[in-house]
Amino acid sequence: MTAVGGVTQPRGATRWLLRANTWLVYGFFYAPIVLLVVFSFSGNRNVGVWGGFTLDWYRDFASDGNVQGALRNSIQIAVASTVVSVVLGTAAALALERFTFRGRQVFDALLYLPIIIPDVTMAVMMLLFFAQAAELLGFSKGFGTITLSHIAFNISFVSVVVRARLAGMDDRLEEAARDLYATRWQAFRHVTLPLIMPGVAGGALLAFTLSLDDVVITQFVTGPGWTTLPVYVFGLIRKGVTPLINAVSVVMLLASMALVALSLATQRVRGGQDAIDARVGPDQGLP
Amino acid sequence: MTAAVEITGVSKRFGDVVAVDDIDLRIDDGEFFALLGPSGCGKTTTLRMIAGLDFPTTGSLKIFGHEVGTLPPNKRPVNTVFQNYALFPHMNVLDNVAFGLRMQGTDKATARSAATAAIGLVRLDGMERRRPAQLSGGQQQRVALARALVNEPKVLLLDEPLGALDLKLRQEMQGELKSLQRELGVSFVFVTHDQEEALTMSDRIAVMDEGRLLQIGTPEEIYERPVNRFVADFIGQTNLLEGTVEDGATVCLVNGARVAARSDLTAGTRIALSIRPERATIHHRDHGTGPDAGSAVDGEVVAVTYLGNALVHRVKLDWMEIEVREANDPDRPRFAVGDPVTVAWDPSAAALVADR
Repeated sequence: MTAVGGVTQPRGATRWLLRANTWLVYGFFYAPIVLLVVFSFSGNRNVGVWGGFTLDWYRDFASDGNVQGALRNSIQIAVASTVVSVVLGTAAALALERFTFRGRQVFDALLYLPIIIPDVTMAVMMLLFFAQAAELLGFSKGFGTITLSHIAFNISFVSVVVRARLAGMDDRLEEAARDLYATRWQAFRHVTLPLIMPGVAGGALLAFTLSLDDVVITQFVTGPGWTTLPVYVFGLIRKGVTPLINAVSVVMLLASMALVALSLATQRVRGGQDAIDARVGPDQGLP
Repeated sequence: MTAAVEITGVSKRFGDVVAVDDIDLRIDDGEFFALLGPSGCGKTTTLRMIAGLDFPTTGSLKIFGHEVGTLPPNKRPVNTVFQNYALFPHMNVLDNVAFGLRMQGTDKATARSAATAAIGLVRLDGMERRRPAQLSGGQQQRVALARALVNEPKVLLLDEPLGALDLKLRQEMQGELKSLQRELGVSFVFVTHDQEEALTMSDRIAVMDEGRLLQIGTPEEIYERPVNRFVADFIGQTNLLEGTVEDGATVCLVNGARVAARSDLTAGTRIALSIRPERATIHHRDHGTGPDAGSAVDGEVVAVTYLGNALVHRVKLDWMEIEVREANDPDRPRFAVGDPVTVAWDPSAAALVADR
């Protein structure tokens, strides 16, 4: 591989230091994960004591009704909160990036709040809010309350990611679309949306992961029958840790890796199309 | 005849900033019209108002007799070639060019064949499947042109379309744009800060500065008879000799010298005499070749620049320096730094401009 223009290879001691640092960082990142995966196959009930290879914990995971139910709950909540927060978060990002309106700066600042304030504070707020609302409107805690809470913090994350993408987009492109007879909606549909799609997809992925992940807020606003997987795992730890937790974690890890791979793959498909276009010479016409 | 674009008393304010200040402008059908001025003069805002991307704060804006003041851009029979082209990066050339027709509801096959024809018009045949990022600057420029022209706009707006191209390509595109405009017979409204570009390409030029329209005229009118100092200085190079009007035929320069200059201005009006470097001649003072004292000033050569086809002399007068540009003619006398000289001009070549 040739060096990219202007980039020089480090030499001597610098080179070895950089290399050592790289391995240190990798070790720091991945050693716990490797350990987790290894011990999920351990035959000993005590986490951290190797007891020979076994698939029992995965079998437990597959047959445990509680775990299955919690996983189902988690996925339902994650899907619902992701869909809603992607729509609302993208709309908020568009409003803040493309329009000036009264109260814009206040809205901008408020939008960051859920990212900044501690989870516990948010959880208590939500609990209080739902307690009041439940009295007034008479609903019980469960899917609705958890999903609403997750939407509340996910909107912020989605809008931050989408805004970053929008800020990098030339707003003349929308003007060009409008000049070429597109209505506002058509300009959004055919020009803006395809161009911010990587941001929207990234935001969706982040929202999905955060929702799957959340323990603190969920634990405060959950109701009977709506235990999510992380809350369930948290509960298991209190009863005593078994490698079942490892197995559950490994499955969650694989699921999130699959999600990331999926989003990368969709972007690769676009890149691949560009490469194909590049290879089509000027002599080749249309299909 | 109805004007292609008729702007009456239009102003545009952004908050406290007046971008365009009460301009009147009439652009005829089939005209190549340039809006010329330094950056921030309001020329782009004027163009954007014609396109519908900005709306006038006050005044009337008509396109072929129809008031379009606050009509959105998608409802106006005009199209724009944007600065830096604004091509859609996620679409190939064909889809970029077909976009306008598709948005107007033309079916895919018809839009594509019209787009293919437009791509041929700008000589990009075979590039249909490329993405904008895979094209050179000149090619992107042509795509932008095709994308606008395929809609058969009644007026084509161009915002510094050649600004991003290198000199050679720019000159080539100037010629192409001009012949394309003649061929199509559509009016082109062209925004530029490059006075040379405006002079070469336009039928008429509007010179703007600080939101105001200073002068509208043919390139010749603008160059030969600028209305004020700013226009004289902005269009081409010039020497501005300040003075006051003495009577209908004489101007008193700041050093007290009297030179001939016809005007109908009242005595005492402060003016500047604009003398183009190529319209002045330079003579040895002691040889007494006798240029008419009524249109000459004395000075001393301080610099000589050899340009191959021309020679530029910088001459120091008592109160300022001026430039004289002469064709490189071996029969003409040569001058060296330090030579006492007389700079003379034909009185008809000196334009009297308002000193502001």
